[in-house]
Amino acid sequence: MGKAIDAKNLNIYYGSFLAVEGVNMSIRPKTVTALIGPSGCGKSTYLRSINRMHEVIPGARVEGRLELDGQDLYGPGVDPVGVRRQIGMVFQRPNPFPTMSIYDNVIAGMRLNSRKMRKDATDQLVEKSLRGANLWNEVKDRLDKPGSGLSGGQQQRLCIARAIAVQPDVLLMDEPCSALDPISTLAIEDLINELKMDYTIVIVTHNMQQAARVSDYTGFFNIEGTGKPGKLVEMDETKTIFSQPTEKATEDYVSGRFG
Amino acid sequence: MTVDTSKRQDQVSDLPPPGGLAIQGQLPRWAVPGGLAASAVVVGLVLAAIGFSVGLFVVGTVVLFAVGLYVASRQVEGSRKATDRLVTVVVSSAFGLAVIPLLSVIYTVVSLGMVRFDGEFFNSSMRGVVGEGGGAYHAIVGTLLITALAALMSIPVGLLTAVYLVEYGKGRLAKAITFFVDVMTGIPSIVAGLFAVALFTYLVGPGARLGFAGSVALSVLMIPVVVRATEEMLKIVPNELREASFALGVPKWRTILKVVIPTSIAGIASGITLAIARVIGETAPLLVAVGLTTALSFNPFDGRMATLPVFAYLSYATPGVPREPYLERAWTAALVLIIIVMLLNLLARLIARVFAPKSR
Ligand SMILES: Nc1ncnc2c1ncn2[C@@H]1O[C@H](COP(=O)(O)OP(=O)(O)O)[C@@H](O)[C@H]1O
Ligand SMILES: [Mg+2]
Repeated sequence: MGKAIDAKNLNIYYGSFLAVEGVNMSIRPKTVTALIGPSGCGKSTYLRSINRMHEVIPGARVEGRLELDGQDLYGPGVDPVGVRRQIGMVFQRPNPFPTMSIYDNVIAGMRLNSRKMRKDATDQLVEKSLRGANLWNEVKDRLDKPGSGLSGGQQQRLCIARAIAVQPDVLLMDEPCSALDPISTLAIEDLINELKMDYTIVIVTHNMQQAARVSDYTGFFNIEGTGKPGKLVEMDETKTIFSQPTEKATEDYVSGRFG
Repeated sequence: MTVDTSKRQDQVSDLPPPGGLAIQGQLPRWAVPGGLAASAVVVGLVLAAIGFSVGLFVVGTVVLFAVGLYVASRQVEGSRKATDRLVTVVVSSAFGLAVIPLLSVIYTVVSLGMVRFDGEFFNSSMRGVVGEGGGAYHAIVGTLLITALAALMSIPVGLLTAVYLVEYGKGRLAKAITFFVDVMTGIPSIVAGLFAVALFTYLVGPGARLGFAGSVALSVLMIPVVVRATEEMLKIVPNELREASFALGVPKWRTILKVVIPTSIAGIASGITLAIARVIGETAPLLVAVGLTTALSFNPFDGRMATLPVFAYLSYATPGVPREPYLERAWTAALVLIIIVMLLNLLARLIARVFAPKSR
């Protein structure tokens, strides 16, 4: 578990609109990489192209190479469904399945794929995933209750438990805390620190303190103007990006000087 | 800083209150019932002088009350409140107007239908019955069988069409299907009946009358309703749930089957039930495609069958001699039909409640 990701000259389109241009990025296994940058610069677009969720949108497509431990994810014959089993995703807004109990939400990846498992094996997996998401103690007495009855922060951790239950190599998170209160945010940040023992994590965040707190590496995306494509300006160790970035644009952004 | 703020607050409170803070008058609580009673008395007295009629009395009372309340409220409470009161009266009257025919229909059907609402009606057919007695057992069986067959054909077709349109359809084909579904929604029911007659004349031969032809006619009417209802329900399933499922490595077809449809099943099921309720009372297509018989038949693929709407229609339109037993049976058939539709509506609510996603 925990694989490397390499983007090589990645161009990402919505129909004919080039949203992200020429991304070259190496992400080391079992690290946390934060993606920062102004709104609309293509962070989500790039993140969603990593597990091929991008192409779910009609007309959306990708050019270039994206490798997971050297294997081209966009190569001919690669099934996007298989890619998504290896690269999990947590969304901005918690989205547990409303028809399922907490228990079923955790093992949704297996249930929805009708993968047969013994009862004690599923019980174990549910407990392990919920413990992994720091949610076990809060929900262990109401596993049969609907997931939508939890608080926002708990729902988000439930979604993380659901994502790690399928044992992916990589975990993508698109602003996972932006809908949460500060305490739930802290809980998720602690969790990210634990998860990087096992997973490669890429997190989009608007919050620069958060990037500084949780990530080992930071990539700064920028956009020159509306209608122009977003680009990766630079990527480096987080402390370098926040103390002595190479590019002027990065320095302006991290120090709060815009435009 | 603090001094600055308090100073600014002082300035604000020095300003006159913007617009509406001045205390306004208010009509007393009894103004509405009192005004209504007073208008009724006045209109009643005037009508007593020139000749009484219930319709004129009600309309006159409401108009006088509305005008009086508006004027009084305008004097005391100001124009915004007055308009509010006027519109409240108009909306309530419109509601009353809409409810009158409903209550009247229910009252008529129940009072006339109760006469023959007895064991014999539910136990016997019209075989060999002239005049008194007899029942609509055969028509109830026919209605249930033909509608069930129609539902059996329409639900899969309608459901799958809706799934295609919402989850897969793009481009010309989807547009064309949507267009034809729209057109089908507007087909008059008699046309559906004639279509079924033409189809079965072609398949079986001229003069063919069979229950299944009725089912086909009802399907033509039901499919677009099912498509529409299901489409609406599938559309309101948030895209986030589909994406959550995709992101777990679940293929699209499984996502539709196990996430999208279960999430919307409550709405789909009640939509389908209402579609059934909608076609179960159709008369014209069944009249031409199925005809009527006096005997009990459980086989929709052979010969004429009786159905409640056609039974009611023909008993009423061409009664025998004496007329009364025929008319009574017609009203009871109508009552039974209303009860079936009502049960279906209740069922739809129950289904919606049972399947609805729960929280807590
Ligand atoms: N579904 C879509 N269809 C077309 N354009 C989109 C879509 N989603 C995002 N975009 C465009 O792609 C660009 C990047 O958006 P996004 O990746 O959401 O930015 P970020 O996450 O950095 O705020 C924006 O110009 C946005 O308008
Ligand atoms: Mg975004």
